[in-house]
Amino acid sequence: MAVEEIDPVSGRETTGHEWNGITELDTPVPRGVLIFLIVTHVFAVLWWFLMPTWPLGTTYTHGLLDTDQHKMVAERLVEANAARAPWVEAIEKKNYDEIQADPKLMKIVQETGHRLFGDNCAACHGRDGRGGSNYPDLADHDWIWGGGPETIAQTISVGVNSAHADSRVSQMPAFGRDEMLDPVQLNNVAVYVHSLSNPDDATPENVDTIDAGRQVFLTTCAACHGENAKGNADVGAPNLTDKYWIYGGDIETIVATIHGGRQGHMPTWGKRLSSTDIKILALYVHSLGVENP
Amino acid sequence: MVAQLTSSERQYCAVILILMVIVGVAMAALGKSDPLGVHGVIVIVYSGVLLYLVLSAFYGPEPQEDRQASYYDDPIKVGIALSMAWAVFGMFMGVWVASQLAWPNLAFDAAWSTFGRLRPTHTTGVIFGFGGNALIATSFHVVQRTSRARLAGQISPWFVLFGFNLFCLLAVSGYLIGVTQSKEYAEAEWYADLWLVIVWVVYFILYIRTLARRKEPHIYVANWYYLAFILVVAILHIVNNLAIPVSWGHAKSYTIWAGVQDAMVQWWYGHNAVAFFLTSGFLGMLYYYLPVRAGRPIFSYRLSILSFWGITFFYIWVGSHHLHYTALPHWVQNLGMTFSVMLLVPSWASAGNALLTLNGAWHKVRDDATLRFMFVAAVFYGLATFEGSFLAIRPVNSLSHYTDWTIGHVHAGALGWVALITFGSLYTLVPALWKRPAMYSATLVEVHFWLALAGTLIYVFAMWNSGIIQGLMWRTYTEDGTLTYSFVDTLVAMYPYYIARAFGGLLFLLGAIVACYNIWMTARGAPAAAVVGDGPAQSGVAPAPAE
Repeated sequence: MAVEEIDPVSGRETTGHEWNGITELDTPVPRGVLIFLIVTHVFAVLWWFLMPTWPLGTTYTHGLLDTDQHKMVAERLVEANAARAPWVEAIEKKNYDEIQADPKLMKIVQETGHRLFGDNCAACHGRDGRGGSNYPDLADHDWIWGGGPETIAQTISVGVNSAHADSRVSQMPAFGRDEMLDPVQLNNVAVYVHSLSNPDDATPENVDTIDAGRQVFLTTCAACHGENAKGNADVGAPNLTDKYWIYGGDIETIVATIHGGRQGHMPTWGKRLSSTDIKILALYVHSLGVENP
Repeated sequence: MVAQLTSSERQYCAVILILMVIVGVAMAALGKSDPLGVHGVIVIVYSGVLLYLVLSAFYGPEPQEDRQASYYDDPIKVGIALSMAWAVFGMFMGVWVASQLAWPNLAFDAAWSTFGRLRPTHTTGVIFGFGGNALIATSFHVVQRTSRARLAGQISPWFVLFGFNLFCLLAVSGYLIGVTQSKEYAEAEWYADLWLVIVWVVYFILYIRTLARRKEPHIYVANWYYLAFILVVAILHIVNNLAIPVSWGHAKSYTIWAGVQDAMVQWWYGHNAVAFFLTSGFLGMLYYYLPVRAGRPIFSYRLSILSFWGITFFYIWVGSHHLHYTALPHWVQNLGMTFSVMLLVPSWASAGNALLTLNGAWHKVRDDATLRFMFVAAVFYGLATFEGSFLAIRPVNSLSHYTDWTIGHVHAGALGWVALITFGSLYTLVPALWKRPAMYSATLVEVHFWLALAGTLIYVFAMWNSGIIQGLMWRTYTEDGTLTYSFVDTLVAMYPYYIARAFGGLLFLLGAIVACYNIWMTARGAPAAAVVGDGPAQSGVAPAPAE
């Protein structure tokens, strides 16, 4: 039964209905609500007139501004490319030495290279290019395939052990697993390799092992790593005499590397990045080593 | 539970459960080399346990009293317990996935615990498990009290409740074993979706029939919202999940929608799941428990009408704002955007109606943490709906889309609005339902309030910061016209906010655990004096108010 009552707090009448103790006031819709309702509707209707909005069978209302998101994107891409054109052309035309001699261009290389490196290379080589377990450090001056900008650009383009026809190819054979070396030889050569970067290893007890290991090295490893173990960039054989290691320079890891072999992999970027991007990246990666003495 | 049923009703229950076991056996047999088989076993075990419960009380004494003289509250009690259990599960999963974003090793190198599988267990756990059970339980309570009629069925309330929870279980267990149809908030596969359709239609019929039995001349506002929730969710669920299974023996299916139409249908569903599941249903809660707790009349019936029809009409148009700047035609985006803007005022009218209802009861808001839950929920509702309309504007969306701002927005709504209104409602409902004078501990309600509020604020502020920083970093150019930041730079910037977000979520989870304890102890406590008049209207007896 509808029995209107007056709410003592607000002085308003109720609607006269009651549900398990709940009542409702008959308050009119506040003026502010109506005003804002009108404002939002006016905005919407204006937008309908100006922009594409309503479907009309197989087409739609195009709006007075006659705009479209595809058109807008295309225009802005043209503008952005035009704004970048001067330096993009300069980088395309100039050779590496000329670019490196131009501080303005090198500033752009640094900025753009940082972004390209972060989005494409950092997943393996780290944000700072310092590599990580199983991935080469690019800032350590120690280059497997050579560290000049042209060489780096080539590595980026074709990859290492990749599907590219001109891919750089290298493989460290599994000397232990494939029984090319017996366990004693393997241990000796590992101790020798370890001693190359750790002169303190050459104690009187170790001298014989190291000598035996050197003999194994000269007959088995020197073909790629060189007689002096300084590596060979032509075949991607790393320098074994310095403090930089891809897989680790402790004796256990060296034994594991000689036993099971190694074959790193780097994808080919030639089709994913433009030649300008690769040029910028090569200069950027080259500069990583320069900045870290 | 079973003691309240007559022997013929027990027979019906047994038949339904035996049919479910048979379906489970068929699923297990047809899909024995497929995840479908695992789900067959789950259906068998689930139905089997319920069948055991029915059969073990099968020959017990029949109910003697006139059941029509009392409200049917048992399914509500079980619904509350299930809701809280899902809350703890779903929020724990949320804290886990949030922590994975800060510390990826927390996936422990297993397939089932990767982010992609755990994340939907969080969303399904909290939205459907926690929210859905709370909606079912409170809707059963509200429709009876505001209609002064008992639920129109003895078995169907149980069918709705346990059927819905079977759906949730199939969904969540499926994600862990790799079953998904890759539609956000609709990840469950075809057989679970079909099952939910059956459950939902029964829910709709039960609700309509109970309303038809009402002894009040008018249908109270809360029921409009609950009914909109039930009806529209049914439509959304069916349309978005239209799919062809690979075979009867495979869990995998393919949607009948293709390309950009699929995206549009998905976000029409996705946004209206927010609208009709997470808004309409919970507004139904707000419209009942807030005035009851505040002891105040609703501020304006006219405002209720304006906001109900505004929300119901405008929401259904706005899904395309999830697809701004995509392959979706520009005109569809604009249409969704303008309707999103027009939606703002009806949304704010609801929030305003709730807050103005508290006029004359502000001292209670200050003193009573339960009412404060509902007050803060209304504030967050206003905030989240403003933010939603704002983010739907295309140029704003170009900054916010795909960033953590979206996550912050969703959680302002999900934690601040949906969860807080639920906790406020449950703290009002639980003592009334178990006929206790009050919650076991008012202090623990207070503790829960501050944990929940602190958790929400930490979460939302962390994601606002993270999202806006992320969006700005993505679009920052150097003066030479190249992007300043790589993607990984933005991850580094977001790292501290991810830790803060996980911490905020943890506080919220702790609050829910406190609530579980408090509700459990209340249910176990000593009953208060019987409430006079808390029963359906009897013929010839004038309805009397409950309190």
